[in-house]
Amino acid sequence: MTPPASGESLLTIRNLRKEYRPGQPVLKDISLEIDARGVTAIIGPSGTGKSTLIRCINRLVDPTAGEILMDGQDLAKLSGQPLRMARRRIGMVFQEYNLVERLTVIENVLSGRLGYVPAWRAFLRKFPDGDVARAFDLIDAVGLNQDFATRRADALSGGQRQRVGIARAIMQEPALVLADEPTSSLDPKTSVEIMELLAEISRTRHVPIIVNIHNVELAKRYASRIIGMTGGEVVYDGPPGGLQDSHLKHIYGGEDFL
Amino acid sequence: MSAAARPPAFPVSWPVRIAWAGLALYTLYATSILNLTWARFLTGLDNGAKFLARMFPPNMAADKLDLIATGMAESIQIAVLATFFGVLLSLPLGLAAARNLAPKWLSWSARGLIAIFRSFHPVIVSILFVKAVGFGALAGILALIVSSMGFVSKLFAEVVEEMNPKQVEAVRATGASFWNVLVMAVMPQVMARFVGLSVYQLDSNLRNSTMVGIVGGGGIGAPLFTAYQRFDYDVVLTILLIIIALIMVAELVSGRIRRIFQ
Repeated sequence: MTPPASGESLLTIRNLRKEYRPGQPVLKDISLEIDARGVTAIIGPSGTGKSTLIRCINRLVDPTAGEILMDGQDLAKLSGQPLRMARRRIGMVFQEYNLVERLTVIENVLSGRLGYVPAWRAFLRKFPDGDVARAFDLIDAVGLNQDFATRRADALSGGQRQRVGIARAIMQEPALVLADEPTSSLDPKTSVEIMELLAEISRTRHVPIIVNIHNVELAKRYASRIIGMTGGEVVYDGPPGGLQDSHLKHIYGGEDFL
Repeated sequence: MSAAARPPAFPVSWPVRIAWAGLALYTLYATSILNLTWARFLTGLDNGAKFLARMFPPNMAADKLDLIATGMAESIQIAVLATFFGVLLSLPLGLAAARNLAPKWLSWSARGLIAIFRSFHPVIVSILFVKAVGFGALAGILALIVSSMGFVSKLFAEVVEEMNPKQVEAVRATGASFWNVLVMAVMPQVMARFVGLSVYQLDSNLRNSTMVGIVGGGGIGAPLFTAYQRFDYDVVLTILLIIIALIMVAELVSGRIRRIFQ
């Protein structure tokens, strides 16, 4: 895979609006341009629509209005088969890992291929040999011992589960990875390790990652671009270096936390 | 805050009180209507003791045992076949009835069907099937398939509705098709419980299969009923003891199976 040129746009979000209850928008006409490389961190207080924003991109949440353009296709308007085709190219990492607990590690990683593998093959666990080999490679790449492959996901610690979650997302060979609070259920040390891993994957595999994160320090350390949200609107968009205390005050309200 | 201003820690729930009072009143009313008296209960105990005394010792004559063995073997076959097909059919029916998977029209029709299956006791269903397909094991098997489907699919649908939606969401986010989500996100979560339900159903089908014979559905029920009517209480006891042994063995085996599928 050749690295895309810097600045090449992958995703264009135009006037994205989401109302869970009519007249009460959680996202207020957000417009964003996401490049085909680097880590983009979305920061902001709880309940400000960060999660809703990235869930609109892979349509785990249906937007009320607006466009989400990826390769000239409006994701907001897809359904059925075309939506599944689009989802195959978008990996997702979750706050609570969302592994299928009773499946083994390698079965969870291979789930990343379910957009390509017919159900009878999945049922008989007859995944293509190439996929299985790649799953083993990925388990290694996310820092897990190969012995973990046949262990059940519910036997793993939080940090190990998140590594499996990341491997599952990368297994899709995605053009984009969404990470929804990937470190919020982890201790501080493991959080750093997971962010380190995500940043490394983005760099070495040339995958852009959009990460929701409420830890400002981690965001500044690992992201090349920071988007600050508050009240369903983008109030800061720029490099980590440009993020001032005044911005944070605006984003989080008050200054006691500084 | 002064003590007086605090709300009561354990407020009185009037609906609960009214419900208990209603239940107590109805019990008294039903008792008076049905003419239940202590004297009748005591005479009944006396008769029961005489009946039990006439059962001993159990009849172990070779010809009787032979007859019983044939009946028991048929009962076990009825139970196993009914469980196999009943459970197999419950899998799609239960999934169709789960409101978090199936569209509304499908889940409501499946629920309606399950409700009909559950309305009747297996003996009543047996009578219908004996009329339809004639005396013998087939009627018993069909009746128990219906009751197995009623029980297993209803509880299985509930298990599916209680599954963790986050695991399903994650698999759906990979672009997996509905069937792939079913295979890799839903089934792993619910399969162990489904096996548990099936094994439990095998247990109760073993019990029920001893009974469908009374109305002509095949198995040990017919010899048991005949023995009662001919006052061969010693034969009755032999059959009852064998049924108890069978149920105990089934209990042991089902415990093992459930552990395997943890």
